[in-house]
Amino acid sequence: MIHTEKLTKTFTVKKETVEAVKGVDIDVAPGELVAFLGPNGAGKSTTLRMLTTLLRPTSGSATVAGVDVGKDPAGVRARIGYIGQGNGGGHSYRVIDELIMQGRFYGMNTTDAKARAETLMASLDLSDLAKRTVIKLSGGQRRRMDVALGLMHSPGLLFLDEPSTGMDPQNRANLWEHILRMREEHGTTIVLTTHYMDEADSMSERVIVIDHGTIIADDTASRLKANLAGDLLAVEVAAGSASEVRGLLGRAAAEGDMEENAYDGVVRFRLRLAQGAQLAPGLLKEMHDAGAPAKSLELKPPTLDDVFLELTGRSLREGAEV
Amino acid sequence: MIEQAVAPGVSLQRRGPRSILTDTWFVFWREMLLPLRDPFSLIFSLIQPLVFLGLFGPLLGSAVGAPAFGGQSTLQWFLPGVVVMIALFGTSMTGSNLQYELMTGSYERILATPLSRSSLMIGRALKEWAPLVVQGLLIAVVCIPFGFVFHPLHVLLGLVILGIFGIGLGALSYALALVSQNKEWIFWGVQQTLLFPLMILSGIMLPIEAGPGWMKVASLFNPLTYLVNAERELFSGQIGMDTMWGLVAAVVTAAVGLVVGIRTISRNTN
Repeated sequence: MIHTEKLTKTFTVKKETVEAVKGVDIDVAPGELVAFLGPNGAGKSTTLRMLTTLLRPTSGSATVAGVDVGKDPAGVRARIGYIGQGNGGGHSYRVIDELIMQGRFYGMNTTDAKARAETLMASLDLSDLAKRTVIKLSGGQRRRMDVALGLMHSPGLLFLDEPSTGMDPQNRANLWEHILRMREEHGTTIVLTTHYMDEADSMSERVIVIDHGTIIADDTASRLKANLAGDLLAVEVAAGSASEVRGLLGRAAAEGDMEENAYDGVVRFRLRLAQGAQLAPGLLKEMHDAGAPAKSLELKPPTLDDVFLELTGRSLREGAEV
Repeated sequence: MIEQAVAPGVSLQRRGPRSILTDTWFVFWREMLLPLRDPFSLIFSLIQPLVFLGLFGPLLGSAVGAPAFGGQSTLQWFLPGVVVMIALFGTSMTGSNLQYELMTGSYERILATPLSRSSLMIGRALKEWAPLVVQGLLIAVVCIPFGFVFHPLHVLLGLVILGIFGIGLGALSYALALVSQNKEWIFWGVQQTLLFPLMILSGIMLPIEAGPGWMKVASLFNPLTYLVNAERELFSGQIGMDTMWGLVAAVVTAAVGLVVGIRTISRNTN
């Protein structure tokens, strides 16, 4: 569905050349649900804008829905749907008018466009707002309208740029319900950008991590976490058995990255352990057998933030707030 | 070719080579929905030129004196100028509506549709021109009792020439809005600074023949001068060389405007 080769975009800002996207190769198969994850300014949106023909690549090539973005941008646009970061509805327009016009822009006749708009409004809880002007809608209602606009022509490939930024948790959940339902019903291929790692984690089958314009990881969320991060294990033991436990855990921790804090006669060890959940029961037994039983144990599965930290040495959270 | 999933009950026809005409019609129609859904704005736009004509016309007649108008009545001379002025103000505002859409995501959403780039500009410019047809005919009819001689077909041709000119000016205004994105004051600064010299140097308000020599020379380089002369000829019921030159000026403005506009749109996008 998508194939890019060395796709690159450079901008000139105050006479300085900034490489926003540095030669990325991306392949997306029909029906996939892919998230571009990375901090603000990583190049996610720039990549998406090149794929949707809103930005001309500086170099490299991209084929989207079987069409070359450089040779036939209008052909690409006819085959994809795009839901951008901003609100798509014109302020002074009525919801229903904008939806019908959107359908007309894609070559639907008025009757079909009207029927489609009504179906979408019903499924996105917008039916009561059909004749309301966009400026009078709440933020969540506008975002739902954006989704309706993007789905009017039932695209086989849908791009969403930061779809849930600024939405409250309930609206985010609603939005995803619609996106996933559409995918289930129509087999739509979906590509989105997000800097919410929990969103990339729970919703996408495949996560492409982008940082400084380069793809630094590309896999399923669970494999990324298992391969790159591992579970975080924290064990507390009595101060007297610390040396025994240190040796035991040291052998288990592959990279020897172990922290140790002592307080109130207790020593607390923290270490990252691939397959930690599977190893923990065995470790507890060994400690018990060695006469150094654990006083407490805490096990935390990794997040995509841990993956990002492992890959870049920076936290995605910090990056997102800059 | 990738198979598109289609929702039940929806027949998604795939378009062949997209026609700029249909695209322009869609863009025009979307823009027209605003005044159609809110007709009061139309009523005001009809009253304004009448007020202007009613207040400025009498002053002009007594201040300048009849000989400057080439023997015509003041009204016959001034009315076509007012029509050109409405066209000038209207179509040079094409970019201002775009500015709101640039601030939200609505312009970007439309850019992501398959609509052709030139239709985006032409459709918007024509929306600013369309009310002029009604305005022009209305003020012409209203002025009949005051001695204005109305030649409907000539006036219609005059409005068509103004429409062609308006496409060019609208496209330039559109490009100006794109260039001044995030710095909206630039749009207004440039638009206002250019509008008044263009208007005065075309002899819309006062006969340029009454001015000093350098003004007459400057007016020769102003495309609007030829438009105004053409409209004056047409409104007086004649079709001659002035009309021809007016048409040439309109076509040249349209061509230049569209080239500049399309270049501006595609400087970054595809």
